[in-house]
Amino acid sequence: MSRPVLFAPVGGPVLTRPVKGLAAIFIVGIAIVLYRFVFGLGSVSALNDAYSWGLWKVLSVIVFSAFASGGYAVALLVYVLNRRTYHALARTALLTSALGYTAAVVTLGIDIGRPWNFWRLIVVTGWNLDSVLLEIAVSITTYIVFLWLETAPPFLEAWSRGDAGPLRRFARSATPVLDRALPWIVAMAIVLPSMHQSSLGSLMLLAGPRLHPYWRTPMLPLLFLISCWLLGYAFVIMTTLLSSLAWGRRIDMEPLASLARVSAWAAFAFLAVRTGDLLARGQFVVAPLTGYSLLVLTESGLLLWAGLLMQRCDRATRPQRLFLSACAALVGGGLYRLDASLIALMPGAEFSYFPSVPEILVTLGFTSLAVLGFIVVVKRFPILALETR
Amino acid sequence: MVRITRRTAIKSAFLAGAAAVGATSAAASSTARHEAPKDALGLLYDATLCIGCKACVVACQDVSHLKPDTGASHGRYLAPDDLNARTRNILKLSPVINGESSYVKRQCMHCIDPACVAACMMGALKKREHGIVSWNGATCVGCRYCQVACPFNIPKFEWTTDDGVYNPRIVKCELCRERLADGLEPACTTVCPRKAVIFGTREALLEDAKQRLAEHPGRYIPTVYGEHEGGGTQVLYLSHVPFDRIGLPALGDAPIPEMVRSVQGAIYKGFIAPVALYGVLAAVITRNRAHERAGGEEKR
Repeated sequence: MSRPVLFAPVGGPVLTRPVKGLAAIFIVGIAIVLYRFVFGLGSVSALNDAYSWGLWKVLSVIVFSAFASGGYAVALLVYVLNRRTYHALARTALLTSALGYTAAVVTLGIDIGRPWNFWRLIVVTGWNLDSVLLEIAVSITTYIVFLWLETAPPFLEAWSRGDAGPLRRFARSATPVLDRALPWIVAMAIVLPSMHQSSLGSLMLLAGPRLHPYWRTPMLPLLFLISCWLLGYAFVIMTTLLSSLAWGRRIDMEPLASLARVSAWAAFAFLAVRTGDLLARGQFVVAPLTGYSLLVLTESGLLLWAGLLMQRCDRATRPQRLFLSACAALVGGGLYRLDASLIALMPGAEFSYFPSVPEILVTLGFTSLAVLGFIVVVKRFPILALETR
Repeated sequence: MVRITRRTAIKSAFLAGAAAVGATSAAASSTARHEAPKDALGLLYDATLCIGCKACVVACQDVSHLKPDTGASHGRYLAPDDLNARTRNILKLSPVINGESSYVKRQCMHCIDPACVAACMMGALKKREHGIVSWNGATCVGCRYCQVACPFNIPKFEWTTDDGVYNPRIVKCELCRERLADGLEPACTTVCPRKAVIFGTREALLEDAKQRLAEHPGRYIPTVYGEHEGGGTQVLYLSHVPFDRIGLPALGDAPIPEMVRSVQGAIYKGFIAPVALYGVLAAVITRNRAHERAGGEEKR
């Protein structure tokens, strides 16, 4: 029996040198965004009519939203499977998710050509029910609302204890309401990502024969769903380890090692479905050996290695090894999503795409903003667990 | 280690059950093939007749309200090197293989079950009158999923604001629907000196094409491209060189959207699975919380 988990803010000054550095990168990103809205998408990006989806959609949304699936994937363990061991990680997971999803949706707003028409999504009669993208757009925007509600308790906690004023009054009256509604909010915050994370895979089915057969399969939604669990867990492990390192909190290895073992099973499930599907469709990957085969082998090799490392994790495992295995999972799973959505797209031999420097800077800018947000919130609000042992 | 108790087992069974419902309805679902509208209009391009004069490219440009793409000519004459945001119709030369080559006219194929239309979130691209795939900017968010989906690389996006286009459009052949409304033919077919491209109902054009194949065996690759490819298109092609050489991909008979439609249709049939999942989750979470507050046993 462990005691209930205690969370506490890290404290200390907010405007540290790393925070200032992150802010500077973000400002560069914003400057490029302004330029983009004046001179058009083509003036800053390497996107073209054949490769019309690039870094911003595929990396910032399709890959990073999986990294930010920790809130969803951990909620599945804590609230549905009732594994309270992971309570200690839940707040970190939710905050990274809320920040990550928000950064992803903002990047999406920069990538699309006519964002000012996006509000029309509320006109239900205009929906094209054939469109997977419609489902994703509706589901992600709704999810962000539920995700921030789910992430709200530590904020309300801090404000209720804060100085008297409207914020404290609000926090004190909102806390019991939110508490009562939480099961309904959490259930929604599980259904919605289950929908859009799997649909992000279905998205590429519409590329038809333009997607390489190694990736083009009706199993895409299942593979994307499993990969978002795996990537979500791996990202929570990485964030927690880095936070402990940055702010000198002693690491409680118990929930982390346990989460690593769950991740290992997710990795093995992914590999089983992936391999079974390739064989069932007669895609023997290594024969003939091409660049595409190497991509499949790299994805699968990294995930297998990560799975084997994670499966053997326990309380005595060195944090360095856990960190390494989480990184391997993130690179392997991230590469799978990048391949399935961009690299394995074959619009024609005469076309090519490689992200431009401004494109990379914008992605870096919004990623920095999310990291900055995490640092600031963790210092002021009770997100990280105090050691419980 | 994770200990499996009766309660978790029951819960897991619930979730597996929900997944199974999705899977079985996947097996049961079959989506009906779309058919061309009765009044479907289209083009028939016969590569053996085309002399590559590009009159159709110029005529298309004339009626397009788009700035001419002068390409490598530095502003002296119309010289697009491919379809782009200023060019809805292009004439190209296929690579020479065994001394054999062909001209090819490329524009929207006006598919019977278009991938771009299936992609489009709020129906900006739609099959409108006569089955013509046309674009309506009011509901386009510029996501460019249509470009990812189209197997023919047809929809083009206005990438720069060179001409003051701050609200970028999707540009593609719309079979001169404004001219049709005025009782005219598409610009490209009115100017073709060799009748290499002709306009008509899909039905009549298909009949014409098959007649040509029957009358001149040996002149053509013996199929009409677009009769069945990708579920069928309203623009049809006859050629003396293999179709993939003139840039028309080897598509199966199944429409591109069919696979995604059957997969998503199976998962979301009647939207039952998500609603059921929500109900089960809310119940399980509420119960777990009640147990936790009552000091119930902890799971590890």
